[in-house]
Amino acid sequence: MPDYRTDAGALRALVRETEVHRDVYTDPGVFALEMERLFANTWVYVGHASQVANAGDYATTTIGAQPVVMVRDHTGVVRVLHNRCPHKGTKVASEVCGNTGRLFRCPYHGWAFRTDGKLHSIPLKEGYDNTGIEATAAAQGMAPVRHVREYREFVFAKINDGGPDFETYFGDALSSIDNMVDRSPVGRLEVAGAVLRYMHRCNWKMLVENLTDTCHPMIAHESSAGTATRLWKQQPEGTPRHPAVEIYAPFMSPYSFYEAMGIRIWPNGHGHTGVAGSIHSNYSAVPGYFDAMVAAYGEDRAKAILDINRHNTVYFPNMTLKGPIQTLRVFKPLAAHRTLVESWTFRLVGAPDQLLERTLMYSRLVNAPTSVVGHDDLEMYERAQESLHSDANPWVNMQRLYDPAERDQETAVTNGTTEWQMRNQFRAWAKFMAPA
Amino acid sequence: MNAADLIGFVVHEARLIDEQRFEEWLDLFTEDGRYWMPLEMGQTDPVLQQSLFYDDKLLLRIRVERLLGARTFSQKPKSRCHHVLQTPVVDESDAAANRYVTYTPFHYVESRLDEQTLYAGWSRHHLTMIDGALRMKLKRVDLVNPDSAFGNIQLFM
Ligand code: FES
Ligand SMILES: [Fe+2]
Repeated sequence: MPDYRTDAGALRALVRETEVHRDVYTDPGVFALEMERLFANTWVYVGHASQVANAGDYATTTIGAQPVVMVRDHTGVVRVLHNRCPHKGTKVASEVCGNTGRLFRCPYHGWAFRTDGKLHSIPLKEGYDNTGIEATAAAQGMAPVRHVREYREFVFAKINDGGPDFETYFGDALSSIDNMVDRSPVGRLEVAGAVLRYMHRCNWKMLVENLTDTCHPMIAHESSAGTATRLWKQQPEGTPRHPAVEIYAPFMSPYSFYEAMGIRIWPNGHGHTGVAGSIHSNYSAVPGYFDAMVAAYGEDRAKAILDINRHNTVYFPNMTLKGPIQTLRVFKPLAAHRTLVESWTFRLVGAPDQLLERTLMYSRLVNAPTSVVGHDDLEMYERAQESLHSDANPWVNMQRLYDPAERDQETAVTNGTTEWQMRNQFRAWAKFMAPA
Repeated sequence: MNAADLIGFVVHEARLIDEQRFEEWLDLFTEDGRYWMPLEMGQTDPVLQQSLFYDDKLLLRIRVERLLGARTFSQKPKSRCHHVLQTPVVDESDAAANRYVTYTPFHYVESRLDEQTLYAGWSRHHLTMIDGALRMKLKRVDLVNPDSAFGNIQLFM
């Protein structure tokens, strides 16, 4: 097996125009390079500012493999700090979330840090007098992630210097965040409900590719969405629409529906399904919501906001959101063959509770370890992870609706069954994986 | 209603699941019955807080029918499960209100292929008599670790 760290040519050769080598999913060496390069060179989603509403509030998470803590400091700024004591490396904040007061205090030897990470105090400090400690990294405190950007309360961070700035990196992809936030009559979202955590024994990229894989629902989800649709048809006529069936049924739409839905391609691996409507377009109206939107925005603008029904927007590398139902998923890479999926749900501040109820139901039915749609998908990923070890053919194909001209086209709106967005992700992958 | 009847119901209910007699199991629920597995310890709201399950009878029926489907690939091969119950305790027994609640610590194993996963928790059966038979209005299952990351949970605890 090539040493991808030293052999840049071999690394480049993993991604072809319409195929990728199975090592991108199975090789621990490639995974280590992803953690080192891809997840440090790109703007990675960290969390939502509503998780840290007050000074001293914090939430722990990871950027790639690196533990970090998002914290609102005492000037009100959201920071992202490496969650590592500068003394001996102990994890400082251990809870999922909490309030640390004015200081983080390391539980090992009691070094204390301000909420911006700066060293505040060391017990028995005279022990360091005249040792030159001031010149060390240890004396700097908890290292901040240097590049942090809060966009409409969504917090992203980039570990490495260099590379595109935030606006250049995401570009028009930010419009999906805009639409999700604009759906609140007061323009604000709040994380609501606990996060669903779903363990996948597969590579994280399989999940990201699946986001724009519109040729699988009618096959892989026949068992869940198909059964739901069939049972629903057996109900006596006049039975009120069941909110869960509204969620399940569109999965069984025919190919023509998905073709017409459309896919939009953006630079740097971003893109989305559902340009001209999507499986989220035809949910029942929630009483009072449209009126609240009209009161806030005027009728034309309210309609324009609600007419956008994007399906999945990929925020490359590992976050996706659904504006019309206010869910967000993060695919956290744990190993080449292990991924933690977190599903977050949001309340549209100022909108009826029924919308949150639907959001929660959607995630529970589709993205939970207890959801039948999730079972359908995970079975496919885990089978792929296992059978990629076959030497019959080391290449994974993503050729559907390929046109060589697409190489020169950074942005496009195209047929909703294309695998162009998967190719787009791998082109970005190759770019951000290249050695510095 | 004596304690033995209530305890007998809970034991029978777990056995129906373990023996995959799901049609009979569904019949144990009232028409408005719910199967609830909260996502947080001590959770009181199933609607505006997230849960692992909050299924009404239609949703349960979809799961049960799906398990039998010819194209249910996550059940090829099939899962099996196994309950060990501690003796249920009768927490509430109010004949006048036709309301009975039991509390049952349990261990539950779900197995598929070479994997066997252990879950532990507490079940609360909210029961009522309908036409001379006990029925579940609510089966609430609290896991000891609802906030852990799980793989597929495909059967019922
Ligand atoms: S390791 Fe943190 S104070 Fe020593
Ligand atoms: Fe799917």
